[in-house]
Amino acid sequence: MSDVVMHVWRGDADGGQFEEYTVPKQDGEVVLDVIHRIQATEAPDLACRWNCKAGKCGSCSAEINGKPRLMCMTRIDTLPEGETITVTPMRAFPIIRDLVTDVSFNYEQARKVPAFNPPPRPEGGYRMSQVDVERGQEFRKCIECFMCQDVCHVIRDHEENKARYSGPRFFIRYAELEMHPLDTNDRRDLVREEMGLGMCNITKCCTEVCPEHIKITDNAIIPLKERVVDADYDPIAWLGRKILRRTKRTAEQAAVQPD
Amino acid sequence: MSEIEHHDYDVIVIGAGGAGLRAAIEAKGRGLRVALVCKSLLGKAHTVMAEGGVAAAMGNVYAEDNWKVHFRDTMRGGKMLNHWRMAQLHAQESPDRVQELEAWGALFDRTKDGKILQRDFGGHRYARLAHVGDRTGLELIRTLQQRAVSMDIDVFMECKVVRLTTDDDGAVNGAVAYWRPTGEFVTFGAKSVVLATGGVGKSWKFTSNSWESTGDGHAIAMWAGASLIDMECVQFHPTGMVWPLSVRGILVTEGVRGDGGVLRNSDGKRFMFEYVADMFRAETAESEDEADRWYDDHTAGRRPPELLPRDEVARSINSEVKAGRGSPHGGVFLDIASRRTADDIRKRLPSMYHQFMELAGVDITREAMEVGPTCHYIMGGVQVDPDTAATAVPGLYAAGEVAGGMHGSNRLGGNSLSDLIVFGRRAGIAAADRAESMAREPKLNQAQVTEYIDEALAPFTRDSGENPYDLQHELQELMQANVGIIRNEAEVVEALEKLDELKQRAANVAVGGGRAYNPGWNLATDLPSMLTVSTCTAQGARDRRESRGGQTREDFPKADPELGKVNFVQRQPSGRGFSSEITITPEPLPVMPDELMAIFEEESK
Amino acid sequence: MTTVENPATRVDNSHTPVVLGGTRGGPDTPTLRKDRWWLAPVITVTILTSFVGYATWAAFVNKNYYAGSWMHRDLISPFYSPCLAASCVPGASHGPVISFWTISPALLILIFPLGFRMTCYYYRRAYYRSFWWAPPACSVSDSHKSYSGESKFPLIFQNVHRYFFYFGLVFNVILTYDAILAFNQPGIGVGVTVGTLVLCLNATLLWLYSLSCHACRHLCGGQVKSFSAHPIRHKFWKLVTPLNAKHMQFAWVSLFVVALTDLYVRLVASGTITDFRLF
Repeated sequence: MSDVVMHVWRGDADGGQFEEYTVPKQDGEVVLDVIHRIQATEAPDLACRWNCKAGKCGSCSAEINGKPRLMCMTRIDTLPEGETITVTPMRAFPIIRDLVTDVSFNYEQARKVPAFNPPPRPEGGYRMSQVDVERGQEFRKCIECFMCQDVCHVIRDHEENKARYSGPRFFIRYAELEMHPLDTNDRRDLVREEMGLGMCNITKCCTEVCPEHIKITDNAIIPLKERVVDADYDPIAWLGRKILRRTKRTAEQAAVQPD
Repeated sequence: MSEIEHHDYDVIVIGAGGAGLRAAIEAKGRGLRVALVCKSLLGKAHTVMAEGGVAAAMGNVYAEDNWKVHFRDTMRGGKMLNHWRMAQLHAQESPDRVQELEAWGALFDRTKDGKILQRDFGGHRYARLAHVGDRTGLELIRTLQQRAVSMDIDVFMECKVVRLTTDDDGAVNGAVAYWRPTGEFVTFGAKSVVLATGGVGKSWKFTSNSWESTGDGHAIAMWAGASLIDMECVQFHPTGMVWPLSVRGILVTEGVRGDGGVLRNSDGKRFMFEYVADMFRAETAESEDEADRWYDDHTAGRRPPELLPRDEVARSINSEVKAGRGSPHGGVFLDIASRRTADDIRKRLPSMYHQFMELAGVDITREAMEVGPTCHYIMGGVQVDPDTAATAVPGLYAAGEVAGGMHGSNRLGGNSLSDLIVFGRRAGIAAADRAESMAREPKLNQAQVTEYIDEALAPFTRDSGENPYDLQHELQELMQANVGIIRNEAEVVEALEKLDELKQRAANVAVGGGRAYNPGWNLATDLPSMLTVSTCTAQGARDRRESRGGQTREDFPKADPELGKVNFVQRQPSGRGFSSEITITPEPLPVMPDELMAIFEEESK
Repeated sequence: MTTVENPATRVDNSHTPVVLGGTRGGPDTPTLRKDRWWLAPVITVTILTSFVGYATWAAFVNKNYYAGSWMHRDLISPFYSPCLAASCVPGASHGPVISFWTISPALLILIFPLGFRMTCYYYRRAYYRSFWWAPPACSVSDSHKSYSGESKFPLIFQNVHRYFFYFGLVFNVILTYDAILAFNQPGIGVGVTVGTLVLCLNATLLWLYSLSCHACRHLCGGQVKSFSAHPIRHKFWKLVTPLNAKHMQFAWVSLFVVALTDLYVRLVASGTITDFRLF
């Protein structure tokens, strides 16, 4: 069988370059297998992050031939035969070393999410219907590979936006909470004012790269944008609230953690 | 040496899987200073790999279910080697723990009347597993992670603990760790330490476990003076992928069988009917017709034999393959395509569908999967007090896979996730109690800290030596071949000799490059734990001269009633650390009180 | 939505500042993609530009938009319906007229379908990618110095999409009425011509495009927190959700067909072709 030629980015914050590695091709292998074989032979210190190697943990995100992919789910035989494979770290986050990036941006955004806030648990547990939980379940499939964050040009190409944009991964989290039948919070003004929902221009790259095939744009971001329209841009909805004496939560009121 | 980063906490929790997160949440809820230290990023722990569900006798699907039946199933699945008190607490408390997850945002599948839906699994008499499709572990870890983050618990990610520190009285008072991204060391002072480091499966060649499962918690606990029990009891999950080679070992959820999948050999025969042990004969179907009726209505027939406990099924698959009736790549066929509609399969087993489609090019709605046993879980672990999860070392608690006793010699599917939340919480309470009772901040012994750091850095000081990857590879081959699913005296004794050699070679590992995110060095610091726990497993496998659950000896194929009354307990009585001697002694199991014994007697009538 | 007072503490974001900066990994090039990522934007630009070009010409030309009773037909171009100006060709107008409007009647109404498409979530994706290059394709860098998306003027007005959707429904009713009128062949009776079918197809596709719209899906039922508490809205939502998944296809096909419908009526009205009578 022929060889696999791989160009792997080696370097850290001080700079880096592509290194070429050639390894014999093996049946059914994925990119991560080849990286592991390079580690075990030529380059024991080649840094790469991985855990489950089954597409369930979302650790081994990288860019393969320029596109965000999970290394453990990208079979070599699905890539153009006979061509060099380039493997680079995720572009949107600062590099730590080689293929490992500092993804703390995402954990900082996670801390800003006002968590689920239900009424007290009744005896025998909460009752919910399957149709209601299914909406949130789609978003809870997320394995936090952060490739949607990586591919999103709002922060990939505009570092300064990271200060006011939580990104697709967290938009699906907000959508899940807003669609939870038992949740009592109202985060619409929060996502508009502080999480930068308006910066998303729905170009759908997050949906394209999602390894869990979550319809991020259609089922989370656009519904959130429409909910924000309800809250802030629709005069009829505003009038309805006035007549029915309903209130909405301000961003500040929404930013609470449950007890 | 320059100044080392140091943090003081009331409680530190090592490991951020289900048990660690649950413990941290409990301690933080008491208003204490809590840190969570984990080897990977938060939310990547091995808990995400659990697929089928979390066992809790809520009785939502079968009202007949209650904690006593769950307790009975657990003890029988563990071949009565379990600590009865752990099995009891687990069965009694898991329903409440599961429902609590919903208050934190978990979304389990529902019954028609809006309660949590429960599914069938091997060894459980009733449909008992709360689940979310086939990604229940992900739901559990994400729920706990989000809860922990909302409580503002400090998380030290990609930070590997190399040793626990102890004071003059032998109590744990902190830990020494290093940041993987930088290679810089960090020390923690803590009034209580909770170990929740998971399992040991990376020491086998074909395993469902990730690189993290190197037995760090087992090893550092023993090096700090704790005892380990039942380390020979390793569960081989019956259904791992066998092809392509690069994915060999990746788990195929038991949910496939719970939802109607059946095992066939190369003749197309449902061979499990041939392998029903006497213990399970009364409740297992005799014919395919009877078994098929059971899926829709559990009163219309008895359970299909595919849903026997995991050890039984794994051994049967092993026998079929050895008898030459295996699949082309050395497994057997797991067929759900011919039994359920394509839509049903995609809906109930979405991640299995994708896993096979993308990794093996197999469409499980049209073809059978090829599966075979894969190293999955260690029932043995750190010996703990059931009520408090306290180990023999004051201040040290252990919960989850790293703790032993709960599952006896074999764990039922679904009991691991419930184990995490039941005993994670209990460990958190006990650790918090101790921290609250201690007035003074612990003070680390600097000589100890320096010794541990030097130990971890030693591979950099050698200009030439062993390649850590080669050693790991040899260890995995050895454990797979000699201490695998079927064992015998000669092979296990040979394994112990070779493990001694490997240990000596491991003391001579050399790595190059810098300390920042250097996987070669990281592996070199994992090797001592891997070799320590592998030695413990091999010793136990040698001394337990019987077949029981996760210990199968071809030279002693039957269970020995006398050995069923003892745990094999391992310690380091003289000198602690990687190179010190490990002893193994049989010690009697705790005696089950009469009222619990009655549950089993009622049944035999 | 009612506010439930919550005793919990406010999230203190101050201690989790987002750290900016840091060196990115990989070479400093716009993209490492080697596939033909530029093909999709090129196609989009070509089609949309051609459509806008054609529609502008058709709207300004102000003739041949109605084939009336003198041809034994009642076919009106969707670009000119409803025909509300005093200058409308006799028979084309069915209601009130605005007497001071003397230039092309198309210019009076085209803003509505144009606005609906301009603010449509799908077209936004298409033109942001292909015209604005923000970004031209996934993991190809966008070519803007700074970027604020739809959070500021003028793009914040994309949020009025649902109002264009409401207007779009009115137009759909009118164009459906036009399609029904197209069954009438003055002087001959009721029957079906190719033109009838064209107008019916056009109306159908416009309905599908409108009903598959994201705003419609939201208003039908997407906005509720609990489907089980709103079973009828859940039913509506379940009806439009599969349509919504095909919104992109409906957007393109209805765009082609609306232009082709205008062209067909134009060719018939100008006498270039004869509207073939089927029965």
